[in-house]
Amino acid sequence: MNRNHVKTGLLILYFILLMLPIYWMLNMSLRTNADILGGFALYPKHPTLENYIKILTEPAWYSGYINSMIYVSMNTAISLLTALPAAYAFSRYRFIGDKHVFFWLLTNRMAPAAVFLLPFFQLYSTFNLIDTHIAVALAHCLFNVPLAVWILEGFMSGIPREIDETAYLDGYTFPRFFITIFIPLIRAGVGVTAFFCFMFSWVELLFARTLTTTEAKPIAATMTRTVSASGLDWGLLAAAGILTIVPGALVIWFVRNHLAKGFALGRV
Amino acid sequence: MTLTLESVSKTVGREVYIENADLTFETGSKNVILGRTLAGKTTLLRLMAGLDKPTTGRILVNGEDVTGMAVRKRKVAMVYQQFINYPSMTVFDNIASPLKLSRMDKETIKKRVYETAEILHLVPLLDRLPAELSGGQQQRTAIARSLVKDAQLLLLDEPLVNLDYKLREELRIELQQIFQRREAVVVYTTTEPAEALMLGGNIVVIHQGRILQTGPTPEVYHSPATTKVAEVFSDPPINYIDGTINGNRGTIAKDISIPLTGHLEGIAPGDYRFGVRSNHLFLQPQGSADTEIKATVELSEISGSETFIHVRHAQTPLVVQESGVKSRRIGEKVSVFVHPERLYVYDLAGDLIASPAGPDPAGGAGERGEIPQNRGCDLRLRPSGAALCL
Repeated sequence: MNRNHVKTGLLILYFILLMLPIYWMLNMSLRTNADILGGFALYPKHPTLENYIKILTEPAWYSGYINSMIYVSMNTAISLLTALPAAYAFSRYRFIGDKHVFFWLLTNRMAPAAVFLLPFFQLYSTFNLIDTHIAVALAHCLFNVPLAVWILEGFMSGIPREIDETAYLDGYTFPRFFITIFIPLIRAGVGVTAFFCFMFSWVELLFARTLTTTEAKPIAATMTRTVSASGLDWGLLAAAGILTIVPGALVIWFVRNHLAKGFALGRV
Repeated sequence: MTLTLESVSKTVGREVYIENADLTFETGSKNVILGRTLAGKTTLLRLMAGLDKPTTGRILVNGEDVTGMAVRKRKVAMVYQQFINYPSMTVFDNIASPLKLSRMDKETIKKRVYETAEILHLVPLLDRLPAELSGGQQQRTAIARSLVKDAQLLLLDEPLVNLDYKLREELRIELQQIFQRREAVVVYTTTEPAEALMLGGNIVVIHQGRILQTGPTPEVYHSPATTKVAEVFSDPPINYIDGTINGNRGTIAKDISIPLTGHLEGIAPGDYRFGVRSNHLFLQPQGSADTEIKATVELSEISGSETFIHVRHAQTPLVVQESGVKSRRIGEKVSVFVHPERLYVYDLAGDLIASPAGPDPAGGAGERGEIPQNRGCDLRLRPSGAALCL
């Protein structure tokens, strides 16, 4: 056995351990509750799509996905639209306190969300925003905008300032330059930023559950519903879990080549 | 167009980048800004372009104040030292970009882009992205973009410095020909005296943010007004030998007497610094009038087809430029010969008192030509370019 075989073997083992819970969830989602509780099986002996059909047909279930999608998209859009100009300013201009403000942005990510829960609840109640998508989208900006600014600033600083100047010399106005030249240059960065905003907003539960009741209730909150007097609805919960992973996995596919740079906040 | 800088200064924080620059450039003129790195050449160009705002002073175009005017409203083109192109556009779109914004119709744009690409040998590359080009091709694209529009002010910031020697030679000649046809103010910065001489035109010698001397390039080369100018405008730097003139006798390096003929005649008695360029120092006598300086070799440095021999006479270090590879042993005793009529005379404050009469002196030095040989390039042999006219 040579070194390569050992490497491959270890890698396979690692992936088995990694994928095991997900496989187990998939396994459960394709079985009925009675089957799951009836006995141990490595694979579903009588696979059924019953759980999935229930989720996709019952408004109480699928509206959770729609709500999540809506506020996540809103949040991603808001974060990008505010972070793009902010990141440009941080990367291109020197102004009083720029470095402090830039660092302060990051500190917003250092406090647990629970700290902001009470003030946010009061604030959104006052403005009658409780149980709306925009409420959750705005609340998630608290940690997504700073992140987006940091990632985009990293990508923007990798573009030489002379490109901006050449564009002005060529006669571009600032908005035209920004949209037609600059954004295409950092499109990988924009993609990665969008992904990170999407991901953090999609997995966040605390704000999403506190700021919504019924109309904008996210899927994560709906899933806690399956715990009832009659016990856990195992199959249904597993199916919901699988469906929750899908959007994230799809988005990751698009930015897979740039993820490392994103995790390094664009500074590689 | 006339571009005028009126006592322009630029300070960033406490550092002075440009101090009190007064310059005038006319349409059709070729201008070289010569200075070492960090002398303020780029800052000066950026001020002219309007990319930076002067701290004090005004910039006038045809007598009209344009100091605070937006860059895009001025008719300026600039080529940077780094190769700057739009990475997401093809070479064609890169070159066409300034035209597209001027609402020109598609056919005209295409024609103009092809014309410019033709001059710079870019036609086969028009569909490529800048990242797929070599450094020289990228810089040619950048130059093409600056030439395609009729900019009244064409600024080139050491455009050839990041290219290898062969390409630099080629492009330098091409640029010469392009500038010749240009109805614009061309300003070109460089750190190399040889490049400045080859481009000819007018020169601005700048050092530590201060303009030292301006004038026609060959004239400034032949009469550098101060010791600083002579240093910046010589490669290797000019040699200085302290000396005195006493009546009708001159002495250099304490004990070597020189005849006071030609331009040395009639200089008031006193202490002076004598300057002599490395290419006017020889290891063999070139004529009977030559003065001999005994020296010890400290280092010989072979650079292309040239050898720079660093020698020392008592306290005076000298660099002798010999053509061909002529290595000398360290510590070897040699005689260095100089024709007294090749000596520049400066007073102790550094101002020029007298300079050698002309490019072709009475002695044998004319043979060697006037261009300081730069790292093995043989400018004199080139069939084109201003270098020959010297």
